[in-house]
Amino acid sequence: MSKPKVFLCRCEDVTLQEFQDAYVEGFTELESLKRYTGVGTGFCQGKSCLSEAAELLATLRDIPPAEVRLTNIRPPAEPLTFAQLAALDVPDPAGDSGSDS
Amino acid sequence: MIPLSSGPVPATADAVIIGGGINGLTTARELAREGMNDIVILEKDYIGSGSTGRCGGGIRQQWTTEENIRLAQESVAMYENMSAELGYQVFFRQGGYLMITENEGDLPALRDAVALQNRCDVPTEFLQPEECLKLVPDLDVSNLKGATFCPKDGTAYPFAVVWGYARACHRAGVKIFIRSRVSGITADEGRIRTVHTDRGDIATERVINCAGPWARSMAAMVDVQLPNKQERHEIMVSESLKPFLDPMVISITNGIYFSQSLRGEIVGGIGDPSEPGLEGPAHFDTRSQLRFAVRFAKALLRYYPRAGQIKMMRQWAGMYDVTPDHRPILGGVPGLDGYFHICGFSGHGFMLGPVTGRRMARYITTGRPDDIITSLSLDRFEKGDLKPDAFVVG
Repeated sequence: MSKPKVFLCRCEDVTLQEFQDAYVEGFTELESLKRYTGVGTGFCQGKSCLSEAAELLATLRDIPPAEVRLTNIRPPAEPLTFAQLAALDVPDPAGDSGSDS
Repeated sequence: MIPLSSGPVPATADAVIIGGGINGLTTARELAREGMNDIVILEKDYIGSGSTGRCGGGIRQQWTTEENIRLAQESVAMYENMSAELGYQVFFRQGGYLMITENEGDLPALRDAVALQNRCDVPTEFLQPEECLKLVPDLDVSNLKGATFCPKDGTAYPFAVVWGYARACHRAGVKIFIRSRVSGITADEGRIRTVHTDRGDIATERVINCAGPWARSMAAMVDVQLPNKQERHEIMVSESLKPFLDPMVISITNGIYFSQSLRGEIVGGIGDPSEPGLEGPAHFDTRSQLRFAVRFAKALLRYYPRAGQIKMMRQWAGMYDVTPDHRPILGGVPGLDGYFHICGFSGHGFMLGPVTGRRMARYITTGRPDDIITSLSLDRFEKGDLKPDAFVVG
């Protein structure tokens, strides 16, 4: 009998087990877990899985959830087509600094 | 398994490498292969968190100076064998690089470059605009005047390369410390003595500065003045699509580059002439800008109109460590035994890192002169002996 698969990230089909395995392999912060497992890199960009992942990591590291560093939020907030973007005027340099690194 | 340590650092080491990106990891691994023991890597954040993990992953041999061509050629040979050699899949894919131009005036330089690359056994060919359609059927060639194509150029997944090398480092006994910052380096009587970190001091005779955009401030700790300036460059990925784009497309007219990763995403960026050269981390700003997304989208649709309905998923920025001739700085510094730097790759560290790491490791362990390291040493800027490459794009 195989363990039932529990999906942590439904966009990228990342299971709970894969996330835990990655932690055991040495990926101990959310930024590198995101890159190694793909969690949070799909169509929702982490909106439906990142808080679950953070809580799970807090449990694995045995630290309060508030101490887990979240991944940087990257624009756009919702995916935009290249046609939508190309229809905009080019803003001046440093005219907006939309989001974190 | 990559046991990344964040505990206290050892009291001594044969070599301390600053930076856990492509240069630090490849150099550490090659030093271990050359027989060195007790190698420590200090990474201030997580491995690959600096420029390596933010880059586009392109690897090309289309350059205009023989040295760059030879280096890139050696690097491609290493990438071709890397997954097998590391026992780790690095997703290297040779879809080629298609370099396009809209300017008639670029054509003589492109033809000269092809001739030079062919003399070095790089199989680049010159293409008329319509010939590009055989490679990229949906390319809009109406504004193009010509192109060059090398089928042996390609891309790899930067983080997979980092993880593969980190595993190989671990197997070879290299200790990798993450979330570990260098606060100072002590030298006296012209020799490196100690590296100070927020996890303790390490007595060592060798320090290798592989800190990328932070290399300038690391070098300043031992009074080595690097001419490097740091530039913000932005990049993005789209949603994943079925494979449809074989080569990396790169325009020497507007600086856009885009390719399709093995995950199916379009990965691409575009240089921005308005980005200033910065001097040191205090000035870094890696926040994303709408300006980049709009400029990229306009340039992408100019060459690839069918991409209009593809969605951009996310964008980010990283720093290039740029030298006055856009070529890396390798080697040591006269009068300061045990100090070495591998920096200043000007946006091409990922493609050259494996080979510069190998050459520098041999140089450090044997002391044998290496013609490429000699020609890329820091003193070239004083001597004014610069051979800039014309194909700096993105």
